[in-house]
Amino acid sequence: MTSARVPAGGAVGQGASSEVREEARGAPPELQSTPGSRSRPHRKPAAPFKEPRYLHAVVIALSCLPFVWGALALASDVFRGTNYLTAEPVTEIEHYTGKWILRFLALTLSITPAIAITRLGWLIRYRRTFGLFAFSYACVHFLLYLTLDLELYFSEIWEDISERAYITIGFTALVLLIPLVVTSTKAAIRRMGAKRWKALHRLVYVSSVLGIIHFWMSVKRDLTSPILFSLLFATLLGWRAVRAMRARSA
Amino acid sequence: MIIRSKSSSDIPSSEITPESVYLNRRNFLKEAGLLGASTAGLLAGLPGCARGEEPGQDQDLKAELTSYEDATSYNNYYEFGTDKEDPKANAQNFKTKPWSVKVEGLVNKPATYQLEDFVKPHKLEERIYRHRCVEAWSMVIPWLGFPMADLIRRVEPTGSAKYIEFTTLLDPKQMPGQRIPILDWPYVEGLRLDEAMHPLTMFVVGMYGKTLPNQNGAPLRHVVPWKYGFKGCKSIVRIRFTDKEPRTAWNVAAPNEYGFYANVNPTVDHPRWSQARERVIGKIRRRETQMFNGYADQVASLYAGMDLRKLY
Repeated sequence: MTSARVPAGGAVGQGASSEVREEARGAPPELQSTPGSRSRPHRKPAAPFKEPRYLHAVVIALSCLPFVWGALALASDVFRGTNYLTAEPVTEIEHYTGKWILRFLALTLSITPAIAITRLGWLIRYRRTFGLFAFSYACVHFLLYLTLDLELYFSEIWEDISERAYITIGFTALVLLIPLVVTSTKAAIRRMGAKRWKALHRLVYVSSVLGIIHFWMSVKRDLTSPILFSLLFATLLGWRAVRAMRARSA
Repeated sequence: MIIRSKSSSDIPSSEITPESVYLNRRNFLKEAGLLGASTAGLLAGLPGCARGEEPGQDQDLKAELTSYEDATSYNNYYEFGTDKEDPKANAQNFKTKPWSVKVEGLVNKPATYQLEDFVKPHKLEERIYRHRCVEAWSMVIPWLGFPMADLIRRVEPTGSAKYIEFTTLLDPKQMPGQRIPILDWPYVEGLRLDEAMHPLTMFVVGMYGKTLPNQNGAPLRHVVPWKYGFKGCKSIVRIRFTDKEPRTAWNVAAPNEYGFYANVNPTVDHPRWSQARERVIGKIRRRETQMFNGYADQVASLYAGMDLRKLY
């Protein structure tokens, strides 16, 4: 095990426990949460919890799991006659992927508040990761709807998208994510300038709200799940609203 | 509503039977190597099958039977939960004995029957019907029951009776779904009297040659094969004859989405989805939905001159 790289600010403000902390940094990720390794960031902002080396890869792998499970379950239900996705697997896989879109959107929206609270700046890369996963699941969701649900009946597809409000809303939510994906690179941020880039990426709020409305409208009667998701998004967007108001009055 | 005596909580053997039957059947399907999505339905070698002269006895449907497992583990019965797997999970201890059914309203012979007396005078027959849910999925189910018309003649509705109303048991203790105001409990359904008298309409006490499983509406439900599934009232405790259109549960809950008639009609869409095609449970591909669910020859005349777009 090589010794830890100590970040520039690492030595500042450390008390007697600095040795313990340095040791812990060099340890594998699962040991880093031992007492003493995690300083309280709001008191000691200069000694933040470092990003575990393989965390990003692990997060990406975990984020693929719902897709893998869904694909295997669907294949099994279709070809082997199992009922992993109920007796109506096509409908179920649509609901399943739809909920994962919302979960990844919520994760995306939770990164900024998480950074503000924990001051762990390295979390920022996960915003893009989760955002791209949200879009990926949205594409899968839409493609499943086109192929397995509408079975590529093009007359029906256009009728659905243009005339059924909940499909129109869901489709709009997906389309609004496209410019965000296209400009998700660092080069795009440089090209556009941070201000314009930020303004454009506020579209994710619109897309999220449309996604939630789409969810509400797709439910027949039991609104438990839409209500819970709505509360989650209300919290995430509400936090931003409060922050913006404070910034304005300050 | 009836008053139920709180006797022992023992599960009568009749409630256990369907489960063992189901397990045996599953083993049989497994052994035959045919537990597959498209083939499971082929195997329904049914004991005591009625022959096909009866109305609605389409022999072709026999080859399309939904598997017993799917038909008894995937359905809507909101009294036992809103997920389609909930009814089977939550209805196993539902008490269907003793059971009484009250017949009241505009009839010459109002009475409260014990279920046995309600059913006894009638000859049970099997009818294989298409079952089309308003959510655009469908099954083919062999029901066991008797024509509703036979009972109606028995209780003699008065001349002013125009409609018949059915009510499900209200018992939140046994029916956890009723503790949540998802619908205006108890569930109420209704038919025009001529629809109820139609030879296709039946009271049902069994399916697949067995006693009706609790999750499918035991001990007594009705089935109207040319209407969306929600028109069939489950666990019926009251039958009322009336001169006014009954206020049916889904129509009260969302009148723009669910009408009183609810005839299967591929040309009139649900506001949020198309009714043109349906997903057959056990198959992946959709198929075209038929007018009146394929029973147009027999029932279209009931609606002559009506605007089915308005009276959906």
